[in-house]
Amino acid sequence: MTKKCIIIGASHAAAQLTTSLRQGGWEGEILVIGDEPHLPYQRPPLSKAFLSGEKTAEDLVIRPATFYQKQDVQFRQDRVIEINREKQTVTLANGEELGYDKLALCMGSRVREINLPGCNLNGIHYLRNLADAESIKNNAAKDQHAVIVGGGYIGLETAASLRKLGMQVSVLEMEPRILKRVTAPEVSEFYHRLHTENGVQIINNISVSGFQGNSHVEKVVCADGSELPAHLVVIGVGVLPNTELAEASGLVVNNGIMVDEFCVTSDPNIVAAGDCTNKLSKIYDRRIRLESVPNATEQAKTAAASMCDSQKDFTTLPWFWSDQYELKLQIAGLSQGYDQIVVRGNRLTTQSFAVFYLKSGQLIAADCVNRPQEFLLSKKLIAENIAIPPEQLEDDSIPAKEILLRIAGKSGQLTFT
Amino acid sequence: MGNITFVEHDGTEHAVEIEPGKSLMDLALDNGIPGIDADCGGECACGTCHVIVEGNGVSITGSASDAELQMLDLTPERADSSRLACQIVISDAMDGMIARLPEFQM
Repeated sequence: MTKKCIIIGASHAAAQLTTSLRQGGWEGEILVIGDEPHLPYQRPPLSKAFLSGEKTAEDLVIRPATFYQKQDVQFRQDRVIEINREKQTVTLANGEELGYDKLALCMGSRVREINLPGCNLNGIHYLRNLADAESIKNNAAKDQHAVIVGGGYIGLETAASLRKLGMQVSVLEMEPRILKRVTAPEVSEFYHRLHTENGVQIINNISVSGFQGNSHVEKVVCADGSELPAHLVVIGVGVLPNTELAEASGLVVNNGIMVDEFCVTSDPNIVAAGDCTNKLSKIYDRRIRLESVPNATEQAKTAAASMCDSQKDFTTLPWFWSDQYELKLQIAGLSQGYDQIVVRGNRLTTQSFAVFYLKSGQLIAADCVNRPQEFLLSKKLIAENIAIPPEQLEDDSIPAKEILLRIAGKSGQLTFT
Repeated sequence: MGNITFVEHDGTEHAVEIEPGKSLMDLALDNGIPGIDADCGGECACGTCHVIVEGNGVSITGSASDAELQMLDLTPERADSSRLACQIVISDAMDGMIARLPEFQM
């Protein structure tokens, strides 16, 4: 009898998982159940190239329908309301039960919503799905006011895209600086200046107390009494992992579905991958939950191997990227806990520099603005725990490539793993 | 209509039909070619869609942008005709092109 695999969530992780399952020799059925009317699509461009109009919904599809047909992967638009681990079944919204041999949880995360007076007015949006991005785009109008609540990456990317569409954009940030949760003050300052120079108004230390308008939002009211005109509001204040189904089924959940190094949950027949998981990082020696595409892809490969009865951990150093205006920020590693900052290049007069985060002399993360070589160098240094004197990291006259070659000289060859 | 052939590091060949306008990376993904990771989805951000262009492809694909060159420069298996597949837009003129895949992506 052929085995049946059910994947919950038609996500980045699911797209990789189906492919890796077939490549790994899974011959049984594969059914993906997702609640959006789309095949898995690229989410990162939603706030960037899609919103600014450079990419269409069609461009975002990760793999076309013909690919899944060839691979004999079925999709079903539906919602799973219960997992019964004893019976090995999932229950759909209409009560129908489907049996599985292996189950994969790729449910991702959802936006954190804020509950303030007027928050249900038309024109107030979150940004997570294609439908969200489409409605923001439809609501965007040249020369009208847009207010972004939250100065994180999503908020800032959205600000840059709406600016490209000709809107008057303000970003409201509760903290004393934008990107405070994820970057050093040096990087926050740079992006503050970049946005200001592009005509975006950034207001720090401000919290929103509500929204006003008739049926459509007209203004944002702040706790200090100030008001901003708003035709469009986008709220970007973080995401929450979708773990409720897993938790209700008795799986171990603690800030994400707990998985082992091979992405297997506390039930050997159930794997999980992507934003909804919590996994031990060998590099940082602590459990982490990541919100990123590379993580979803790597965990999906790992989970697929487990389902095909081979054990291989494909996860590597966490990394991220953010496009704002014409600048590409590439982030290697996680900067939490750093005790030293080293800046390479001039962040005040140029738009090309790297900020290295060190802890006890060892590089743990790097923010690289238009510096792809420093990004690749950092990935290697962090992943392989190679120490480089901070003076060398700082010295822009030594090319990143030369530092890499010096290391290679010591270890014999230039390789990336 | 014509074909582009992807050759894996172990020599396995995959001939796929040309789809003009699509990126070489998407063509690889859509046909399930192993060895193209394409982590970032085509943003020239990750360097995991490295290919070495051969045959008539070298002159037709054009040259790499500055950002692409900088990524490629640190690629261990870098060759003169290395490209990031996400930055190549396919045209009918690429019939017969060979895209060799490195042993490891970045």
